[in-house]
Amino acid sequence: MTDTALYQALGVSPDASADDIKRAYRKMARKYHPDVNATPEADAKFKAAGEAYDVLRDPEKRAAYDRYGAKWDQPRPDPAQQQRGAWQGGFAFDESDINPDMFRDFFGQRFGGGARFRQDQHARVDIALEDAVRGARQTLTLQMPQLDDTGHVTMQTRSVDLGIPKGILPGQQLRLTGQGTGGGDLLIEIAFKPHPIYRVEGRDLYVELPVTPWEAALGGKIKMPTPTGTVDLKIPAGAKQGQKLRLRGRGLPAAQKGDLYAVLHIVNPPKLSAKARALYEELAKEQPFNPRAKFGV
Amino acid sequence: MKKATRFKPRVDIIETLSLSELTRFCDTTADWVVRLVDYGVVAPVRTTGPEWEFTPPHIARARKAARLMRDLGLNVAGVALVLDLIDERDALARKLALIEA
Repeated sequence: MTDTALYQALGVSPDASADDIKRAYRKMARKYHPDVNATPEADAKFKAAGEAYDVLRDPEKRAAYDRYGAKWDQPRPDPAQQQRGAWQGGFAFDESDINPDMFRDFFGQRFGGGARFRQDQHARVDIALEDAVRGARQTLTLQMPQLDDTGHVTMQTRSVDLGIPKGILPGQQLRLTGQGTGGGDLLIEIAFKPHPIYRVEGRDLYVELPVTPWEAALGGKIKMPTPTGTVDLKIPAGAKQGQKLRLRGRGLPAAQKGDLYAVLHIVNPPKLSAKARALYEELAKEQPFNPRAKFGV
Repeated sequence: MKKATRFKPRVDIIETLSLSELTRFCDTTADWVVRLVDYGVVAPVRTTGPEWEFTPPHIARARKAARLMRDLGLNVAGVALVLDLIDERDALARKLALIEA
């Protein structure tokens, strides 16, 4: 045994049975499918499991892997090992089984053995919120099948200069006409990278806005960030924890502009000065209020 | 000779797709899309035209359904449940993130 990386990708031992491998793969696929699991490592784990399963599910490929390790599919003089490389052939899938190479969807790979010329290609791009607010240009590097001069389909790395339109929303699709395979279109699903300040819901933005207890009690103007710059926000006197304040039209600049919501979050200073403490003690005496009266305590 | 300029492909935002366009978009059949509608996974917008039209959230959802069905061996009822549960889970995670912030 020269290499066990593919077994590790599925979390099984090298002497696992074919059924164990299938079960392990199905479990990994459920857990790490990028549509189910949004953590950054999920995508890589799902792909690794798919690639491992693609080799280990096939007894001949598995035997070659056990013998030659990572270089199992390189051409060898032995005619018995003259298999087609994993990604060159249009191999048949059992429809009832889980398809291990889902990533061909995300990266737009689909093989028709050269029979289908015009093909749309799909890809997903994670953009920064700022790019959607202002518009941006981005160069994408995509692996996609292309027709060569002889009419054969080969995988090629392509750079695509993408103009991200201002006001694009997550889940929207961009169509790059004629940029797919053989004159098909390239379709790009837009997703947003997580943002440290703003949370995106449709066209609206939410920002968790910390306020001091006295700002919440007294109300008044405080500064808050928006994607296009700082603004003054007027908060009402007696503002509540979790209270939502809407800034109309300050969300994503789509055709129908989204709103920006500030969700107030009351925060105490890490340490009170002696004077502040004295003032609080005075306040406690001055303002009779029992928020627990309804509990009868 | 024309001055060489950097090639910039035309970019359109997809506003809606018709039933036949969504069928091509998901590399599937019209029957499959109709079943997604029957199970409430996606819904067309009301149109006066002869064909259904689908908006971007539904387009993204249909594609997600296609990927999950293919990759996890689900049927339409299964994928409808999975997508609903994922939505619920995400909504709860957002609420929890607000509480824990």
